[in-house]
Amino acid sequence: MSLYTKILTKSLWVFHVSVSPCNNCDIEILDLITPAYDIERFGIKLVGSVRHADVLLCTGVVNHKVAPRLRQLYEQAAKPIFVVGIGTCTVGGATFKKSYNRAGAPLDKIIPVDAFIPGCPPKPEAMIDGLVKLIGTLT
Amino acid sequence: MVIDSLKFLFYLLIFPGFLFVTVFGLIVDWVDRKVTARVQFRQGPPLLQNFYDVFKLLGKEVILIKDSPYFLFIIAPIIAFATVLMSSTLVGAAFFWEMGIGGDLLFIVYLMAIYSVAMIIGASSTGNIYSSIGASREMKMVLSDDLAFILVLLVPIIQSGYKINFHQIIGFQETNGMIIGSASGIIAFIIGIICIQAKMGLRPFDIAEAETEIVEGTLMEYSGPLLALWKLCHFMMYVFLPMLLVILFWGGFHFTSFGSIIGGIGKYLLIVVVMILIRNTNPRVRIDSALKFFWRYASPLAFIAVILAILGV
Ligand code: SF4
Repeated sequence: MSLYTKILTKSLWVFHVSVSPCNNCDIEILDLITPAYDIERFGIKLVGSVRHADVLLCTGVVNHKVAPRLRQLYEQAAKPIFVVGIGTCTVGGATFKKSYNRAGAPLDKIIPVDAFIPGCPPKPEAMIDGLVKLIGTLT
Repeated sequence: MVIDSLKFLFYLLIFPGFLFVTVFGLIVDWVDRKVTARVQFRQGPPLLQNFYDVFKLLGKEVILIKDSPYFLFIIAPIIAFATVLMSSTLVGAAFFWEMGIGGDLLFIVYLMAIYSVAMIIGASSTGNIYSSIGASREMKMVLSDDLAFILVLLVPIIQSGYKINFHQIIGFQETNGMIIGSASGIIAFIIGIICIQAKMGLRPFDIAEAETEIVEGTLMEYSGPLLALWKLCHFMMYVFLPMLLVILFWGGFHFTSFGSIIGGIGKYLLIVVVMILIRNTNPRVRIDSALKFFWRYASPLAFIAVILAILGV
């Protein structure tokens, strides 16, 4: 592990990509920055522009309309970039499993994924755990 | 001659200049984040968080936009960094050693203007719609706060008998008492804190880089080292703008005794904490209300302060 990755794991800026979820996972992500969970203590910050991001938090079952946009977003991000799939949707489709409009489940049909955090929606604790595991795989 | 130039290089690169201001600025911004976190009953980031952030940004990829004048895109943060570095060296030298070149204050006013112009150029060169909105808002912010800021700077100039050098203003305050003690001084000082808030783009006036609304506006397209330069500019302004107020209104800083060193740092920290509290207790205003605030209330008040200063109150 190089010094750079070591520092990188202490300052992960996350960008929230909402690719056709039921909106429940998104609300749980916002819980992460509330005082109760406060992920700023690990240096994780929610940023508004994909150019600043180190991690893409993707929620939802990727449908045919957003799949090209997700790919575009991934290409627009400054490398190194990591992708985390939040919720069972990104793994197996969850509620939308039988939907005709399902382009990417699992998410890594579309873009390379570094970690999945299943749950419908996952608890904030589970997400923190997942992010810590992501850091563990990097170092 | 050689010794002299080495000395100036030392000033620029190490003590009141680059190294000191960046390190100190990163720590002051950590204080900002920590106090913000405590105000919201959070724990906040660790002490070295800003160092990690900047180091990480330095190693990331820079993305240039294909059909844009990316020469301007690259040169804008460099110009901004150079101007901020120059002004902070100037203010730092006056703050710690009471040194200065002739006409320091005028120089600072122009350097601050160049900083804003660089930000406008950098943001509008991207062609991104949010960046353009940010650039136009930055332009309006310059229009609104510059008049008040210059009027505020006029008060110590007039009170000290038309001196524009920092050490002369500090020297005047040593013999005649602090400028903040007079009626015009206290009005100008309070408006000065608000102007600094606007110049740095802190909360009530973070209109140009509203994160939740136009996704960091002016900084949106920047990534990697160029973004790190913009962030460093912001941190360095946290250091030298409050110092400027301490020098102009509050008697500066002296190395003479232990008490005066603590006093000087205390004055600086007090201004910073006031700024952080203003930042945390006020929501963002609309651009037209910011303009109205500065043109209808702050500038006339600062003008009254100037008149009071001419009358000698
Ligand atoms: S995983 Fe569940 S909660 Fe999350 S977006 Fe899918 S259906 Fe909604």
